[in-house]
Amino acid sequence: MGLKKYIATRAVTMFGVLMITLLLTISLVGSNMDVILKQGVVFQVRAEITEDPSIANSFASSEEFEEFVQSQIEQRVESLGLDEPWYSPQRIGLTMYKILLLDFGNATFLTSDSGSSDVREIILEKLPRTILLFTTATIIISVIGVFLGALSGSKVGSVIDRLTSSFAIISSSFPVWWIGMLMIFLFAFVYQIFPARATPPIPSSDPDYFISLLYHMTLPLITIVMIGFGAWAYLVRNFMVGIMQEDFITSKKIMGIGRKKIIYRHALKNAAPPIVTILALSLSGSLGGAIITEAVFDWPGMGRLYFEAITVMDLPIIIGATYILTVFFLISIFIADLLYGYFDPRVRTGQ
Amino acid sequence: MSITPQEIKNEFAKSKMGIAGISILAILVGISIVAIVAIPSETFSGWNNPSNWISYPKVAIPGWVNLFLMEKIPEHKILDDPIIKMEKSGNISAISHQFGINFDYDDFPNDFIYEYSAEYSGAPLLQFLVNRPDGKQLELLSTSLPNSATSTTHTERIFSTDESIRKKLFLQSDKFDFSLDRLSSEDIVFSQTDNHTPLKGNYVFIINLYGIDSQNKIPESNLIVGGKAFGIMGTDELRRDLAVGLLWGTPLALFIGIVVAVASVTMGLLYGVYAGYKGKKTDEVLMRFNDVIYALPALPFLIILSVTISNNIFVMIGFLTIFGWVGVAKVSRSMALQIKTRGYIDAAEMMGQKKSKIILRHIIPQLLPYAFASIAISVPAAITTEAGLSFLGLGDPSFPTWGQILHDANVYGAASRGLWWWIMPPGIMIAITGLAFVFIGNALDVIVNPKLRR
Repeated sequence: MGLKKYIATRAVTMFGVLMITLLLTISLVGSNMDVILKQGVVFQVRAEITEDPSIANSFASSEEFEEFVQSQIEQRVESLGLDEPWYSPQRIGLTMYKILLLDFGNATFLTSDSGSSDVREIILEKLPRTILLFTTATIIISVIGVFLGALSGSKVGSVIDRLTSSFAIISSSFPVWWIGMLMIFLFAFVYQIFPARATPPIPSSDPDYFISLLYHMTLPLITIVMIGFGAWAYLVRNFMVGIMQEDFITSKKIMGIGRKKIIYRHALKNAAPPIVTILALSLSGSLGGAIITEAVFDWPGMGRLYFEAITVMDLPIIIGATYILTVFFLISIFIADLLYGYFDPRVRTGQ
Repeated sequence: MSITPQEIKNEFAKSKMGIAGISILAILVGISIVAIVAIPSETFSGWNNPSNWISYPKVAIPGWVNLFLMEKIPEHKILDDPIIKMEKSGNISAISHQFGINFDYDDFPNDFIYEYSAEYSGAPLLQFLVNRPDGKQLELLSTSLPNSATSTTHTERIFSTDESIRKKLFLQSDKFDFSLDRLSSEDIVFSQTDNHTPLKGNYVFIINLYGIDSQNKIPESNLIVGGKAFGIMGTDELRRDLAVGLLWGTPLALFIGIVVAVASVTMGLLYGVYAGYKGKKTDEVLMRFNDVIYALPALPFLIILSVTISNNIFVMIGFLTIFGWVGVAKVSRSMALQIKTRGYIDAAEMMGQKKSKIILRHIIPQLLPYAFASIAISVPAAITTEAGLSFLGLGDPSFPTWGQILHDANVYGAASRGLWWWIMPPGIMIAITGLAFVFIGNALDVIVNPKLRR
């Protein structure tokens, strides 16, 4: 029963976090949002009225006309519920309910490549690209990391172990985005192999778009992998060092089982639980880092969308993107928690 | 668990990594002191003020690059220390300012600018000449300053692009064996006479001010020979001297990193120990709250906070702290849980000591070595996060941090234009600072966690 209760508690906590995140985001951008929404209403009402010249002609003086326009605006504001302050429970509740149903409304400035300003469509267009880049990178990183970590963990103090450890420490203190700038300098300026900007120059409807996207993805991918695999290898190495000293490994050695078989069959199998857990976490962690990395490479994904939305204060997109990023982050934390609880019985009993 | 400070010191002195970390840190602190003492704070507060940097060159490569080049790049020179001569014949007085410059480069300079302010009365004559290494003298300009009956001050910049300088030079085209058409003034002044290649040697630029009144003065007089190389670190697109930004970035980065690390570790330590020591309901509630903060996506939130609330550097330090204490709280809680079961805590409780005293006197001191290691390890994270935010253009614009320099570099496309001196040094500084603390942290970690000792 322990595991079920554990899952339930985690799920409730995660949902709570999601709500708190939403509430925080809304309250941080709420007052700005209010102003922008009201401006939108004024603009809309005026446009509608001026479209029909007969309305303007039916008024004797411009003051009367102005009064009419004002009353129309007030009516519209009231019907949309904007007359209440943004922090009123109804409005926050309504906004949160809409967001939960993935209804983010329309973006104020930004549009998708196909020209739509529906936030959900924009996000659906950008999200696959971010997942493509960062999932590919994380998979490559974890494969290299596990292999290198297992190798150096089984030979503590060897040349490869020292190289891996020092590379891990050094690479972890370089910001990924700075290495990104260096890579652009090296491979787009000195040796002109890859394009400096990762946005393909052709429209997304073009059949060659995907191939072009993959070509443009190479430079960011190499950069992320280069900076990421050291830390992974170091983690795996430390697990392996611990496991290689366990009695059952020693006994396997005495039984005369081959080194390679011991490392990859037995030792790695025992290191698997924490490794899988970290994999889930690093997938979500990379999504957060995507904001800066995508800004450097100009990769047309969620991170750049987020950054662009922040620079022009496109609030519906900020809220939508924060929500999606949080959902992904929480799902991966949740999976990591579950795996951890599944593999390590001590966790679920709370000791 | 119990380790005396003396033991830690001895162990630390044995660790090569620790020594390396401490040495780098000492150098960085040294740089910070030099920056604070040598560079007046007005310079860095005027970092974003273009008028401060007007006499500097645009995107100039660092000057030392010339040491490695066969073809020397002309260096940008700001001469503010002329030889002043006064002459008087009859009632006509002449002031002469002479700027000597050793031009030893294989390319023409970008331009030359003479900026001055003169105090005079009447309408004195200003003459601008250059004596070249081949003995020839070129007249660049002779003009009279605006007439004024009373004593007045006139400030002006004479640019080499000035049309009257070009006309004067065309009048002297018989000195050159080639056509001066379409050549700019600096290309003519610094050219050999028989073909159009730079003439190396000592040039003397002379400014003569002839007046009837002997009261004439030139209190400010600078000659700028514009080049493509400048200083130790070069300049950026906005003509700013990168050496100033890099130097001032050091104390700022250390300040941000250390304050955030100390604040978040202290907060996490107190929070965790309190939760662990109290136990039961308090522990449950506090740890749930901890889970919530842990599950918040930090970077998106930091971005929203800096945009909506404030990007003031001190407020940002607070935000970074909010997301920094969570991990420490978790670990110190579990450590407090262990310590709580020890006999001397029971004894202290039975003696009726206050809970706050037990926590501060008996539990926290046990956790201090771990706390120091965590501080050292959290510094690089704080520095890179702040740099990342500045890189996105969300940092405090009034302080030139390394992240900010890289932000500007990215905005002006420095990487794809090959301006390596703009992107390499700030990143290297971030990495070195991070490394120093990672080294110290790892060395401490090995001492504090005997499991890692091998």
